[in-house]
Amino acid sequence: MGPGDQRRRILTSSSPLLTVDALVAGYARPVVGPLSFTLARGEIVALTGANGSGKTTVLNAVIGTARIFGGRVACDRSAGVAVLRQFPVHLKEMPILGAEFLSMTGAATGAVPALVRSLLDVRVDRLSGGQYQLLTVWACLGSPAALVMLDEPTNNMDPGTVAAVGDMLIDAAAAGQGVLVISHEAPLLARIASREIAVGR
Amino acid sequence: MTLGMLADPLFLVPFLNGLLLAAALPVLGVYARLRGEWLASLGIGQAAAAGVVLGAFAGLPLAASAVAIALVAAGAKTMLGRGNGEDTYAVMLLAGWSVALLLAANTAHGDDLSRALLQGQIYFTGLSHLAGIAGVTVAVAACLPAISRRLLLGRFFPEYFQANGVTNPRHALVFDMLVAMALALAASVVGVMAAFAVVFVPPWIAFPFAHGWRRTVAWAAGLGASAHVVSFALALALDQPYGPVVVAVLLVMSFARVAVRH
Repeated sequence: MGPGDQRRRILTSSSPLLTVDALVAGYARPVVGPLSFTLARGEIVALTGANGSGKTTVLNAVIGTARIFGGRVACDRSAGVAVLRQFPVHLKEMPILGAEFLSMTGAATGAVPALVRSLLDVRVDRLSGGQYQLLTVWACLGSPAALVMLDEPTNNMDPGTVAAVGDMLIDAAAAGQGVLVISHEAPLLARIASREIAVGR
Repeated sequence: MTLGMLADPLFLVPFLNGLLLAAALPVLGVYARLRGEWLASLGIGQAAAAGVVLGAFAGLPLAASAVAIALVAAGAKTMLGRGNGEDTYAVMLLAGWSVALLLAANTAHGDDLSRALLQGQIYFTGLSHLAGIAGVTVAVAACLPAISRRLLLGRFFPEYFQANGVTNPRHALVFDMLVAMALALAASVVGVMAAFAVVFVPPWIAFPFAHGWRRTVAWAAGLGASAHVVSFALALALDQPYGPVVVAVLLVMSFARVAVRH
């Protein structure tokens, strides 16, 4: 049983995990903003917008890898932050079992979704792209982190797995995690999101 | 070689020196391979070789000098990070090679020293080497389990530490220091290329077939130790230098990788 197995409880703090206030962010020059939103425990906030609109840059600004030109980002990192990038690290040879992969982030290995359970004793380099993506999503959602940020979590997934990820997101929010998700899956977002924030200059 | 020969400290101590290195280096190599830093181990090994020659040039203890220069190289690697990819490691490798040979050319017995770094001198190692190697082996056994999860986490979720407000994670520095110390001692005992081969080849063989990370670590250590036992016996029996023999044995063993992949 990993640390994530113990964190399945409703967290009642009302202060936001993440506050983005009039944020203007980019790299050499501004890419996105001004943009404002908050994310509290138990919420799923979705960033939507066209390709190149700057959704990932917002996430990078929260992490600290993008430059903030204006506004501010306040992030409660004390309860842990988990991040899934748009293109998860995938090596040609990865002699790591699914269960070992999850233990990296302290993700739950006891009460795991059925689709994930079947991956626990398989080398992660033997998984399909969609299976590996599912494992990385659970590595974040099943971890003890209070704030989870997912950039295109349903990449490479079939419709059934996308639906399963939707269930995982709803369960995570119900357990008290705050989730910031970037996705182009409009039906999924319509089903799970507490709020959708349109990003674009 | 017979088992009876190992009762003679003349052979037992060098055998143990090689055995400890051959078990510890592949374990470090497993992590280096996953982190995409296997070339760095050759760069640090070559820097350690430059340290040996520098020690001879300046009249300093050779092993201590090798460890010191290797630690400097590892520290530079940690500070520079992965921004330049493998380029930094290649520069480290070339600089170490150039400095080592230039210093050797201007040092008394420089040719002997260069040959020792090329072929290794395991049969001339003694208890002082054993103390250092045992110390490094204990350090690897004690530290690596403590930082293993963070090393893997940093590889697969590279933004994790920054996202959690950790700007200078210490586990990477600890790992680089372990690699530097182990490679410095190995380079001075078995030669630079043999040290690199023991870091690189066992993990290279184990990666495609081991079922899980723990087994990969165990397989790599076992393959390294096995290669040492066979090489030590062959080198003695055939009166050949140990360094090239252990590299040859490891390369023969690497056919297992080809067989597994096909």
